[in-house]
Amino acid sequence: MEEAAAGIISAPAAPSPAEAPRGGGVLHVALIGNPNTGKSTLFNALTGMRQRVGNYSGVTVERVEGRYRDADGPVVLLDLPGTYSLSASSPDEEIALAVLTGHADGIGLPDVVIVVVDAANLERNLFLASQVLELGLPTVIALNQVDAAEAAGIRIDAVELTLELGAPVVPIVATRGQGLDVLRSAVRKAIALPRPARQFELPPEAAAALAPLEARLTAAGFSESASGLESLRLLAVQQPGRHVSHVAGLEAAVAKARARIEEAGLHPTSLEAESRYGWIAGVVDNAVHRSRDGARTITDRIDAVMLHRVAGPLIFLLVMAMVFQSIFTWAEPMIGWVEGLFGALGGAVAAALPPGDLNSLIVDGVIAGVGSVLVFLPQITILFLFLGILEDTGYMARAAFIMDRFMRSVGLHGRSFIPLLSGYACAVPGIMATRTIESRKDRLATIMVLPLMSCSARIPIYALLIGTFIPSVAVAGVFNLQGLTLLGMYLLGTVTALLVASIFKRTLLKGQTRPMIMELPPYRLPRPRSLALSVGHRASMFLRKAGTVILALSIVLWALATYPKTDAAPGMSDEQAQEAALAHSALGRMGHVVEPLVAPLGYDWKIGVGILSSFAAREVFVSTMGTIYGVGGDADEGSTTLREKLRAETHAGGAVVYTPLVAVGLMVFYVFAMMCMSTTAVVVRETGGGWAGARWAAFQFAWMLALAYGSALLVYQGGRLMGWG
Amino acid sequence: MRTLSELSAGDRGRVTRVGGDADAARRLMEMGLMRGTTVEVIRRAPLGDPLEVRVRGFMLTLRRTEAEHIEVE
Repeated sequence: MEEAAAGIISAPAAPSPAEAPRGGGVLHVALIGNPNTGKSTLFNALTGMRQRVGNYSGVTVERVEGRYRDADGPVVLLDLPGTYSLSASSPDEEIALAVLTGHADGIGLPDVVIVVVDAANLERNLFLASQVLELGLPTVIALNQVDAAEAAGIRIDAVELTLELGAPVVPIVATRGQGLDVLRSAVRKAIALPRPARQFELPPEAAAALAPLEARLTAAGFSESASGLESLRLLAVQQPGRHVSHVAGLEAAVAKARARIEEAGLHPTSLEAESRYGWIAGVVDNAVHRSRDGARTITDRIDAVMLHRVAGPLIFLLVMAMVFQSIFTWAEPMIGWVEGLFGALGGAVAAALPPGDLNSLIVDGVIAGVGSVLVFLPQITILFLFLGILEDTGYMARAAFIMDRFMRSVGLHGRSFIPLLSGYACAVPGIMATRTIESRKDRLATIMVLPLMSCSARIPIYALLIGTFIPSVAVAGVFNLQGLTLLGMYLLGTVTALLVASIFKRTLLKGQTRPMIMELPPYRLPRPRSLALSVGHRASMFLRKAGTVILALSIVLWALATYPKTDAAPGMSDEQAQEAALAHSALGRMGHVVEPLVAPLGYDWKIGVGILSSFAAREVFVSTMGTIYGVGGDADEGSTTLREKLRAETHAGGAVVYTPLVAVGLMVFYVFAMMCMSTTAVVVRETGGGWAGARWAAFQFAWMLALAYGSALLVYQGGRLMGWG
Repeated sequence: MRTLSELSAGDRGRVTRVGGDADAARRLMEMGLMRGTTVEVIRRAPLGDPLEVRVRGFMLTLRRTEAEHIEVE
């Protein structure tokens, strides 16, 4: 039961799986299907909602709801995580099963279920479909990608399949919106149809052995159809899911059923799969017509190169290098535009408003603070675009395939690789994507190290420091020192993540690594529209953060940096006067308090302030710098960029503050430091919630901060010993 | 009796037994790899492990340790 602590679903004390009446005439529909069947595409097509379309399991991580309206009224569509079965061996599968049996908190039993099945891959898809049908809920089968199946020589007789399954089958092409009207009306009509039921017969000895177990489950409140599925499931799973944990005497009943089945010469573990696939073989025989077989597909041909023994890893490295390189080379002109825009905006506001505190608040606080973070939107968007393309084409799964052997050497497996890779965008969805990992220890180890993957919030810091202090010189003709430094930061985080994971898996989370069994989906061309939607969605989340948290912090920081005020002493230059005013302010005093702590890292008190304020989120460091260096600036300085100001910054003695060594040390600090409230909140929830989760999160925060401080110290002091700084 | 891990790329075999770790075996059977299923080894990953196999018309990857518990003929 511990295995599947998803932290979202908890078993009610007394479950009532009986259909709860729904009010309002709203139809509640659940959407379920295997990964890579186009389920998310169908969800988008039906609801028009902006929902991520992914090519691997774990993308649909949160409870995602959308709405549409048909002739009879509104329909609420609940998108369930992609899953191969209802055996609840991973948190994702547990969610699906809990919703379909009415055990999910706050989500009633759906009125209708749509099962999305891939027409080109009918056999395996029918396994899940037959489990869902057995639950006895009104069900519609959406037979997706019938066009691709026909191109591959597979023709499916939908009428015959409807008769075989006892539920309506609607052929559709979700990507082109074909068949959606028929699907909508079939969903509406499904309620009035006879309920589907189990379609196959178990061997009589097995049925007899299972009868007492089913009776016990029915007595505990399961519907009769759900008990049938549940008893089959319990035979094969090692750890019963949490939603059956309250049933008294369950383990004994399961053990007894297993023993009786073995006595009859049958295998309890394979009973469900063999019975179901035996039935599926008959269905496929009757309803599927193949005109040719075993043709080499485009995917086969692409994989011959992409997964080639020599070319494969090279392509993988090249793809990664290109992504990081392009973050710099493509974004640079766009950054120039955004900087110019904010400079002009600051100048215009400064000229329009009378000099004074309001002028300073808007120009030096809001525009300088928020603008300094927004400047990096182009780079973040490019990263999101590349990750989106890798996901949508199906290359992510190939990357996991290539990397599995390597991942295993640190005690993880390919399945951990995908969440880790999505951590490059943001740790929050990455951590939620770990729900596809079946073993709790593997999952915890992955969550613990995931924030070491350099997320997009670090881009502003890397970009500011690299762009300002690392010279843009060519290396080996093709590469650029700036791009390579950025790649170095990503590698540092990634390699450390793997090392730390390996330490965790050998100590705190010791345990056998689970097997890796994964589908390699066919390659697909990413569709520009869905790609644009997903990049736009992620970019707007970044903008929202800049518009709320960072805006608020910028205003607070501006106030702290402005008050209390002091008069310039006679004979001071403008610059000296600004410096004195800032040092006298509340922020300046805080900075001086932490200065002894950060001085060994080579930082002055201003960087100390930046680190203090970035405990909320890393990119706040950059906006803090924007605010600090914006404070007291003359109107005509509105066009001076933060980069130029940082370069000019000196210690009291005249020595330059930001030597390349300091800049590198600072980046290393942010590679390791766990400074992101959103991630910490998600870690608390995903590691069990409550005190248990809080302890994991606190532990993670502490070791990461210690690692960050220690490494930055090592870089700076070590570098000075070597005479570099 | 040969195991899936002993087949080379391009070889086909009919599964006679799926053994080993119970969770892995159940997962494989849910994906359709069980007694009587025909599997074809497509390739090994560049580092030699895991394997890619074709089963019921789709591509599945599994590690050598799992493949060693799958007997084929």
